[in-house]
Amino acid sequence: MKHAIKAEDAAALVPDGARVLIGGFMGVGSPHRLIDAIVARGTKNLTVIANDTAMPGKGIAKLVSAGCVSTVIASHIGLNPETQQKMIAGEIDVDLVPQGTLVERIRAAGVGLGGILTPTGIGTLVEEGKPKITVDGRDYLLETPIHADFALISAYRADYVGNLEYALTAHNFNPIMALAGDTVIAEPHHIVPVGVIPPDSVKTPGILVDHLLERQPDGS
Amino acid sequence: MEAKEIIARRVAQEIQPDTLVNLGIGLPSLVANYLPNDVHVFFQAENGVIGLGARPPEGMEDPDLTDAGGGFITAVPGAASIDSAVSFGLIRGGHLDMTVLGGLQVDERGYLANWMIPGKMVPGMGGAMDLVAGAKQVIVAMVHTAKGAPKILKECNLPLTAKRRVSLIVTEMAVIQPTEEGLLLKETGPDASVDDVISATEANLIIRGDVPRMRL
Repeated sequence: MKHAIKAEDAAALVPDGARVLIGGFMGVGSPHRLIDAIVARGTKNLTVIANDTAMPGKGIAKLVSAGCVSTVIASHIGLNPETQQKMIAGEIDVDLVPQGTLVERIRAAGVGLGGILTPTGIGTLVEEGKPKITVDGRDYLLETPIHADFALISAYRADYVGNLEYALTAHNFNPIMALAGDTVIAEPHHIVPVGVIPPDSVKTPGILVDHLLERQPDGS
Repeated sequence: MEAKEIIARRVAQEIQPDTLVNLGIGLPSLVANYLPNDVHVFFQAENGVIGLGARPPEGMEDPDLTDAGGGFITAVPGAASIDSAVSFGLIRGGHLDMTVLGGLQVDERGYLANWMIPGKMVPGMGGAMDLVAGAKQVIVAMVHTAKGAPKILKECNLPLTAKRRVSLIVTEMAVIQPTEEGLLLKETGPDASVDDVISATEANLIIRGDVPRMRL
């Protein structure tokens, strides 16, 4: 049995300077109430690891605008001009990682692998400084795991033991990040009694989830 | 016909039935509009759906069902939703038959640059590097020149997306196949002569016999 906590109490768990994985793809499937609570709290110097920084006014972009973020590790910032401006102005460090490599580096951290070998990035700027390893005649880059203090994720439904189910394209990075944060905070759209989510539909077993965000008092 | 429509119509002819195809954001996404009705393919949106469908009816949009650009979509019968690890596993693992991507530059080696202009535009590579490294076929769909300046060069001067020879370049002026010997001009656009293509292209083009016009 998990306890559901308020968004502001969840935000208070995340200290200045924390490394946080945040689920979502252009704001779809991001933990929006949790993000709003972190903005309200004014947390500083976060390292945000996410696919992208969404678009202005949405999801992770709010953290960037509010000055909560000092480092971004992402695959794409093209739809958020503010992230690009802050990068050029030197206010934010941005480490761009190919999307498939990013998700596997996060997964590696979550599943106890010391890295992954990928052909992606060979012969490009991405290979700089990375060991190249040849397996069966093909070159791969050694990409290291990305660990984080927190995973802040969104889900379609959670049950009382924290099992999570995801919807459509709101899966994206969420089930992978649930493996990789030291503390996992999930923001589900619905919290349902145990048994409502069939075991075959559980994508993230509840044992991985530390905290659930409670539903808003008005039920929204 | 507008340049983008010429390109999209011509790329659509390359799509084989019963394949998995990934269309990039922008111009490449128009290709789906020109696929013959009897050709069944699954389109992948790399944010997590196999079987991307058309725009939903107004008022029926679901915030949890979007394409990689964040636009609302539907899903076709037989569709599957997947997480990002599976999505990119399909791409890198050789399960994706074709990707259609935009391009900033392509060169004589068939190498593509499409993810950054140093000091000017750094959107990030998103899924492009994985797509070019992993898809069985890579088609570059782009207008032939940028404000009159050639985009098909002897050698890309922008950072490469991958060190892999792409399968085909389709512009409004030409269909070009990168080969071991260089860039083979396969077809010219409806309004372009071979000389027009040569003068709008910095790279050397291999021309064998009469070059046919695109049939759209």
